[in-house]
Amino acid sequence: MAGKLMANTAHLSLFILRLDRIRAPLWLLGLTFFTIVVPIAFSEMYGSQQERDVMAQTMVNPAMTAMVGPGDLENYTLGAMTAHQMLLMTAVVVGLMSILLVSRHTRADEEEGRLEMIRSLPTGRLSYLNSAFIVITGICAVLALINGFGLYALGFESMDLEGSLLYGAALGAAGLFFAGVTAVFAQLTETSRGTVGYSIALLLMAYLIRAITDVTDESLSWLSPLGWVTKAEVYSANNWMPIVLMIVVSALLYALANYLNAIRDLESGFLPSKPGRRYASRFLQSPLGLALRLQKTGTIAWAIGMYVLGASYGSILGDLESFFSNNEMMKQLLQTKEGLTLTEQFIPMLMIVISLMATVPPVMAMNKLCGEEKKERIIHLLGRAVSRTELLGSYLGIAVINGFLMISLAAFGLWSAGTAAIEEGLSFGMIYGAALSYYPAMLVMISAAVSLIGYFPKLTSLIWLYVFYSFVVLYFGSLFRFSDWIGNLSPFGHVPQAPVEEFSIMPLIVLSIISVALSLLGFIGFNKRDIEN
Amino acid sequence: MSVIQVKNLTKNFGKAHILKGIDLEVTKGEVLGFIGPNGAGKSTTIKVLLGILKATGGEVRIFGKDAWSDAVEIHKKVAYVPGDVNLWPNLTGGEVIDLFLKLNGTKNKARREELIQKFDLDPTKKCRTYSKGNRQKVALVAAFSSDADLYILDEPTSGLDPLMEKVFQECVMDVKRQGKSVLLSSHILSEVEKLCDRVSIIRQGKIIETGSLSELRHLTRTQMLVETKQPIIGLNEIKGIYDLQENEQGLSFQADSEQIDGVIKHISQFGILKFVSSPPTLEDLFMRHYEGSEGTAAGGKH
Repeated sequence: MAGKLMANTAHLSLFILRLDRIRAPLWLLGLTFFTIVVPIAFSEMYGSQQERDVMAQTMVNPAMTAMVGPGDLENYTLGAMTAHQMLLMTAVVVGLMSILLVSRHTRADEEEGRLEMIRSLPTGRLSYLNSAFIVITGICAVLALINGFGLYALGFESMDLEGSLLYGAALGAAGLFFAGVTAVFAQLTETSRGTVGYSIALLLMAYLIRAITDVTDESLSWLSPLGWVTKAEVYSANNWMPIVLMIVVSALLYALANYLNAIRDLESGFLPSKPGRRYASRFLQSPLGLALRLQKTGTIAWAIGMYVLGASYGSILGDLESFFSNNEMMKQLLQTKEGLTLTEQFIPMLMIVISLMATVPPVMAMNKLCGEEKKERIIHLLGRAVSRTELLGSYLGIAVINGFLMISLAAFGLWSAGTAAIEEGLSFGMIYGAALSYYPAMLVMISAAVSLIGYFPKLTSLIWLYVFYSFVVLYFGSLFRFSDWIGNLSPFGHVPQAPVEEFSIMPLIVLSIISVALSLLGFIGFNKRDIEN
Repeated sequence: MSVIQVKNLTKNFGKAHILKGIDLEVTKGEVLGFIGPNGAGKSTTIKVLLGILKATGGEVRIFGKDAWSDAVEIHKKVAYVPGDVNLWPNLTGGEVIDLFLKLNGTKNKARREELIQKFDLDPTKKCRTYSKGNRQKVALVAAFSSDADLYILDEPTSGLDPLMEKVFQECVMDVKRQGKSVLLSSHILSEVEKLCDRVSIIRQGKIIETGSLSELRHLTRTQMLVETKQPIIGLNEIKGIYDLQENEQGLSFQADSEQIDGVIKHISQFGILKFVSSPPTLEDLFMRHYEGSEGTAAGGKH
């Protein structure tokens, strides 16, 4: 019987492996690269124990514990530092890899009707699911081994063979666990979107529960599978038990997925797929409402991300002075100026990064219009009583507000975490003012995207090149000592860097005028051109 | 009164001349069939009518207004169904229909419900899960529940089953009875024959034939099969006879429609036992034009 259920599993495993022949190696390569490159970077930046102890000092606060988990701060060797700062984050990414790879070969293949074809061949009912398991287990095993031996091969004293193998095993086990989770959700939900959605939700929940319990009561962190990763205490206590637990639970999840698969019909699920709305809400009934609705999820995710970005920068502000006094590269990046604390001098540099990051979601919101055009959905609107000006205006309006929201949230995150971390507190006005002075430059970027949409609809992605250029020349400008005009080619180069530079309103007014002009040009172009198809 | 008036419309994409002087007219209360092979320029013409593409030359007027500059004003009274209906995967069919109706400024809930019933559509499903036919139904329900004076339908039934096609035909006849105008681009010739008052045939960016079906039938030949007591002689001397063949059932040939009178007079002398005549179908018309006088026509060759 078992033979019948599993017929041709070996063939199918090879087939899946072939389907993933590019995807899987890319994941492995990327993950391994980051695992290996970080301790090398650390060994150069924090070569001495003294420097690492300073770093450990900056880590003693709840915000950092919530973010990267607990670590062996008493004995902050190179290994302990790597495990503390990298292992949990990498495990989350490995979890993501498993979710994406497994959902592709379970519910996605089933939803698209490919599994039906395979089941019509002489294969067993459970063959394809277990082939997917075999492949992902293999990928996780390879990941564990190359990361483990790779770290050991670096030859750092504090990174011994056992610790290194445990590090790799923790990553592999996290991969197995989320493969199991995804496979179970693939049985429960009817769509691959649902499978991925629920699995990622569980991954985030696991991270969040661990963050909260790590700060409040560490013993409760056993509730979260991601807590098990930090409980392994890699490169210090080298505790194998949590990893074994993780593998056992993964095996149970595999078994559960098999059981659920065996008792259900093809293309059905256990969670009821709830019917959607029969009527459109009042909100949806305009081009503006439609555009907002289509971007809702993405905007919320970016908004949370911007707050977290701001907050994570803010949380390190407290220990900045001690941190920077030990870091040569950072000293070079910062322009030293009398009468300002290092923290205050650091703010302009943070603002460049934050404002450029905050430029990404509004530009995406703008370029979404091109996506709609390419997918020939814009025609439903323009074919009805909707003018091109109204359509483009809706997207521009959303992008402008989106950008304001993003930079504000990031500034608020920076201030709220920073003021908690610094004894004397941070002035909200100073932070928010410094952030908002970048808003006109962001508007120029958005308007440049509008112009591209108006005249060169095929080249709209060029705007990303401009954003990237701005980042490189402004972030590394002082390090590489670029001439001024190189930075001035970017709108972000004209923003007065408060509080280091004298604040002046003129450049901001000029940037605003430029952005209005670029937008107007875009509207003229969009009203004149053919819609692409 | 003409609802659509197109005069000498040209459209170039770069160096490619897609439309080379289109003339088209749809009058009030008329259903115009717009037929032609793939790539002839049907969809391009329709997109110019909708103001989505800008004409390179010529004049395009709908309700007497310019199709490009007065697009929004015109579209308040236009319902359009594209051939490839692409919808937003995360909205339900019902949401899309409501959105479309709202954008056209109409609110006819009873009609919407009736059509959803007739087309047998589940409006609570996400568009992601709809088949091509179901996506077309969404567009059709939205179009026919709107309060339009002109319906522009671009191969609207290519994904529908025969039952739904019938529902569609009823919808078209309904709006026609209400004195509204329809431009129906289609490949399904039986549908065009059933619904349309006139047809325009487009090929390689030019309108090669326009007229009512009965007018166009003059341009084609009637298929005949006769069996007579005495063998027919002298038939090939008569003008307008083609493809003469003798087989077990009798003599089969095609006759030019204008020549039928003379042909029948001639063969009746020989004592007719059996006479079968089939009228030219749109297919014949279509094929004759598509296969073309020049050898450059696309497809359809035997």
